[in-house]
Amino acid sequence: MEELRKHAKELLENKTVAAILAYVEAGPQRTKPAIITKPEDVSKMVFNEYCLNNLAVYLTKARIKNLAKQNGTVMKLGIVAKPCDIHAVVALIQESQLKREDVYIIGMNCHGVVKDFGMEFSGETLASKCVPCETHKPLYYDIVLGEEKQTPAVSDEVLAKMQAIEKMTYEERFEYFKKEFDKCIKCYACRAACPLCYCQRCITDKTIPRWIESSPHSRGNFAWNVVRAFHLSGRCIGCGECERACPMDIPLSLLNRRMTETAKEAFAYVSGRSIETPTLVGSYDVKDSDELFM
Amino acid sequence: MKEQNWEPKIVAFVCNWCTYTGADLAGTSRLKYPTNVKLIRVMCSGGIDPVFILKAFERGADGILVSGCHPNDCHYNAGNFHARRRWTFFHELLDYLGIDKDRLQFSWVSASEGKKFVDVVSKVVNDVKAMGPFKGYEQLNKEFMTEFPDVSGVNNDVIIKEGEAV
Repeated sequence: MEELRKHAKELLENKTVAAILAYVEAGPQRTKPAIITKPEDVSKMVFNEYCLNNLAVYLTKARIKNLAKQNGTVMKLGIVAKPCDIHAVVALIQESQLKREDVYIIGMNCHGVVKDFGMEFSGETLASKCVPCETHKPLYYDIVLGEEKQTPAVSDEVLAKMQAIEKMTYEERFEYFKKEFDKCIKCYACRAACPLCYCQRCITDKTIPRWIESSPHSRGNFAWNVVRAFHLSGRCIGCGECERACPMDIPLSLLNRRMTETAKEAFAYVSGRSIETPTLVGSYDVKDSDELFM
Repeated sequence: MKEQNWEPKIVAFVCNWCTYTGADLAGTSRLKYPTNVKLIRVMCSGGIDPVFILKAFERGADGILVSGCHPNDCHYNAGNFHARRRWTFFHELLDYLGIDKDRLQFSWVSASEGKKFVDVVSKVVNDVKAMGPFKGYEQLNKEFMTEFPDVSGVNNDVIIKEGEAV
């Protein structure tokens, strides 16, 4: 942690970065995101198992981008990022929302985070997104910090649940998801927390014509959740922030995971792993499977 | 009795350059196909947004057909290639959510394939007939109408006045 603070201080003092998106302490076993702009504030920075937020979500926000524009030049923005957050940064670069040279990635070695604040870190409280995670070291970075530790090995509950759903009949599945989506209150927290939901104007906010009914009833909820999952298919990097942000505990990761698996099975593609690769849904291959079409 | 007389509502989104022209050929060749299908012509299969599909289900469709030009034949060169990737995801997603795979079907029909168009439409209609009405979405619609009784029968989605920019 001292290493992180020292490095952040240097970056701010040298004016390498205009600001650093970082985690600060917010009570016992709890952190919150912060924008560090002054060298004297670096002492508040922390990095531990309670750094749940994916800070990449802020990189596309106009207010944050403006911080980097000083005296007519564009400075870098620093970001303290776990390896999974770096996938989001890479996906944003792939989708031309960000330039690699505009961001300074302080990559942190990570052995997983907890499900929620206030829990002692162990195999039982390991966040479900960390279970299938394969990247404990940053893939893209300007510097890597933090110690390497072993991630506790636990069984993949999301995958098991997904496979259980796939074994159900169509009626049971529809009923299951209808019940889950019925809880939705259309607060769009899932959209706000997602680093890849960066559209200036979301399709659900468009009213002429209104494609997705915005009142929280089962029909509109179904449409919204289908469209959200579809717009992230082949793009979702699996940071699980949507599910964590959901106040109604809708198992959104079940949907995202299914789409991630489809991308793997049908196109051998994993989002956010390489800056050079074109995005999956933004490109095509004439050799793609034609099985679906009569 | 009512169940026996039930006829499925099928919506077909077809591309202007191939499938629509193919359907036209089926007509001019006096081929017969089930009248359950309602064609919606769009410029390219790549321009069919999945929300169109959802909207069609919301409006009571029991089955949907999406059809465009054969690969490499797209009028816009790559529209159908982009569509192919997108539909792969969307089809998987709907299947996962409990919408039978046969309710949403895809095909490539070229302008000269009037006969194929007839076959495809007949297949979709038969498949949907075998499955029966789309109970799942009917339930969603029913709940919507009970919750918002004032708007039943009123199309509150698409109200576009003449000359108004969309």
